[in-house]
Amino acid sequence: MPNTTMSTTLIKATGINRYYGNTQVVKNLEFELNTGDILGFLGPNGAGKSTSMQIISGSLAPDAGQITINGFDLIDNPTEAKRQLGYLPEQPPLYKELTVDEYLIYSAQLRNVEKHAINDALTKAKQRCGLSDVGNKMINNLSKGYQQRVGIAQAIIHSPAVIILDEPTVGLDPIQIQEIRQLIIELGQEHGVILSTHILPEVQAVCNRVQIIQQGELVYHNDMQSLNAENQSSHTTFTFREPIKPQLFENIDGISATELLDAQSLNISFSADTEKADAAHRQLLKIFADQNWTLISMLPKTRSLEQIFIELTTSENSASKPSETAA
Amino acid sequence: MILSIALREVRSLFMSPLAWTVLAVTQFILAWIFFAQIDNFFVLQPQLQSLKSAPGVTDLVAAPLFNITSIVLLMVTPLMTMRLISEERRSGTIQLLMSSPVSMTQIVLGKYLGMMIFFSLFILQISLMPLSLYIGTELDSGKLMAGFLAIFLLIAAFVSVGLYLSSLTDNPTVAAVASFGLLLLLWIINTSAAESTDNLFNYLSLIQHSNAIIRGVINTTDIIYFLLFILTFLGLSIRQLDSYRLQH
Repeated sequence: MPNTTMSTTLIKATGINRYYGNTQVVKNLEFELNTGDILGFLGPNGAGKSTSMQIISGSLAPDAGQITINGFDLIDNPTEAKRQLGYLPEQPPLYKELTVDEYLIYSAQLRNVEKHAINDALTKAKQRCGLSDVGNKMINNLSKGYQQRVGIAQAIIHSPAVIILDEPTVGLDPIQIQEIRQLIIELGQEHGVILSTHILPEVQAVCNRVQIIQQGELVYHNDMQSLNAENQSSHTTFTFREPIKPQLFENIDGISATELLDAQSLNISFSADTEKADAAHRQLLKIFADQNWTLISMLPKTRSLEQIFIELTTSENSASKPSETAA
Repeated sequence: MILSIALREVRSLFMSPLAWTVLAVTQFILAWIFFAQIDNFFVLQPQLQSLKSAPGVTDLVAAPLFNITSIVLLMVTPLMTMRLISEERRSGTIQLLMSSPVSMTQIVLGKYLGMMIFFSLFILQISLMPLSLYIGTELDSGKLMAGFLAIFLLIAAFVSVGLYLSSLTDNPTVAAVASFGLLLLLWIINTSAAESTDNLFNYLSLIQHSNAIIRGVINTTDIIYFLLFILTFLGLSIRQLDSYRLQH
């Protein structure tokens, strides 16, 4: 479990609903974000990620629900709430005819950064996003990767409590992706970050919490720590040269389940109790030897985020699955 | 805050060739008219001398210049205002404004102010022509000021319409065509009711009010008409931006 007791709640969203015409794109979305959290917001294309991001950032009004940002209600007190917020939309909101400096200063002014503090904020934001050398360049003349960085700089220039990044690494080269991820991890230490993406390794690399949205509904949320812990106590796939007799594996203490994949291979799930599981392993080896089976491979399978994602987002009636209650 | 938005608007305007082109083309056309009017004046001068209380230079050169200016503005303002909000909607930059701690009123007023700063430069540029006549002759300063006031009020009204229609669509061309159409309609709305002087259409017509001021008759009715006109369209723009968050 994350140590939520130490940190303060930055975002609290309850019962968010949003329709486009008759289609409901966000259904009863509920979540919290705390200081130090980097929350990965996952979902397939069109699941309602960007819509949710827009709602949380205040650029789209929800049809129902309540969002408080650092204690300020986004609907009753939008000015105060938005002051706590930095937002990078899917498409960076850049005025391409301005220079990087002009643009960032304008962003700072919009976010009520005080006049004397603007220069410092500008230098810091540029430094963090690796833009120090291009301050005088027109945004239009920058490459896509640099434009993306300007978009991020814009979101952090006023050091907001909450930073919302909608697919920040799209269109970047692998080195830039590494740099941006590093930056996000850094930002996560002082701020709360929401990262929307459909790149799973990205979530595993940066986030400490993850939630999956499918057809507008939250279908999974967990923190990475317990996700990784769950992974360890997963099953192992055994494959043999010869056909096997699955009944031999029944009633072994320490094996929680077996699943025959085909005539030569099967999945064995072990008990979470390490001692029992170890005993079961030893007993298995004895059985293999007694039967004179040729063991070709033995693959411990972990239930990765990718599997969870695919399971949740491809099953037909995933909408009816109850979401796990971690975090 | 409003000023930051306005200055950003002005900066972006002058980064694009559109603003410069508009200033250059309008200046050229109006200068042409100006010289033509001066030419006319020289032809008419001998006849005028025989008249009692003959019209002066202000009436014969400045007033027609202002009249033509208002027609040129009718065509040019929609081109300038078309991108105000629609371009932000199209490129997504509006999300920066929407997620910033600024109210819709501030956004609208900032954009309006930015456009008015641009058109103030336009007025300054145009004003140099009639003012240059001071070198060689006497002008009726009062009438001249009234002319400038009329042009200013017209611009203020045109821009408010352009701003509103720009907030309705994310296609700048559509915004331009719609603003031009609406302005032209308001311009000519009284043509069918030419005989009767005080009906609704006459009151609604823009030209009716601006012409009076250009003639030097400054009536509170006309001033109030313009103020109401501007406030109406600015209010509609604010409402539109508010509901944009709900519907888009």
